[in-house]
Amino acid sequence: MALTKAELVEGLFDELGLNKREAKELVESFFEEIRRSLENGEQVKISGFGNFDLRDKTQRPGRNPKTGEEIPICARRVVTFRAGQKLKARVATYVGTGEQ
Amino acid sequence: MTKSELIETLAQGQQTQLAYKDVELAVKSILEQMTQALANGERIEIRGFGSFSLHYRPPRVGRNPKTGEPVELPAKHVPHFKPGKELRERVDSSKETVRIQSGT
Repeated sequence: MALTKAELVEGLFDELGLNKREAKELVESFFEEIRRSLENGEQVKISGFGNFDLRDKTQRPGRNPKTGEEIPICARRVVTFRAGQKLKARVATYVGTGEQ
Repeated sequence: MTKSELIETLAQGQQTQLAYKDVELAVKSILEQMTQALANGERIEIRGFGSFSLHYRPPRVGRNPKTGEPVELPAKHVPHFKPGKELRERVDSSKETVRIQSGT
């Protein structure tokens, strides 16, 4: 079981009484605006949740793990997520069955 | 971009005819649903954006940096984000044209 956009839409409908069309549009735009900001080179800071940061990686040597063949991994830009204090505190105490 | 700027942008969006206050509540609800899912040990999967899951950290003995005294730290879970294909590709293809802005 995983939380998906459909459930977020359902949640907005149940909790706030948004109609399904509004809720769907909002959930869609929420993620799209974060993508757009990152695509424009701007980090996203959601207080209480976490930060989406950008990093430029230089080219580095890599290997095909199956064949052992050396292939360079080209320079790339990646997104990293740093959870905020509040989110970290909320999940730290989860007592699960080891790894998910 | 901060949370309030995100709310601002969403409220100004042409498609959504919601008041700022409603958008603010909706954004808070989305973030709370996401936090609650992770707190329950549930994954989050948003196609084209990415997935959030928990990673297990085993118990360890740390040290009080001031006194050097050993401290037992219990096992815990930490949030982990894996960017989805669309996000990865859009961000990577922007590297030639836009600089990463430092600070906001």
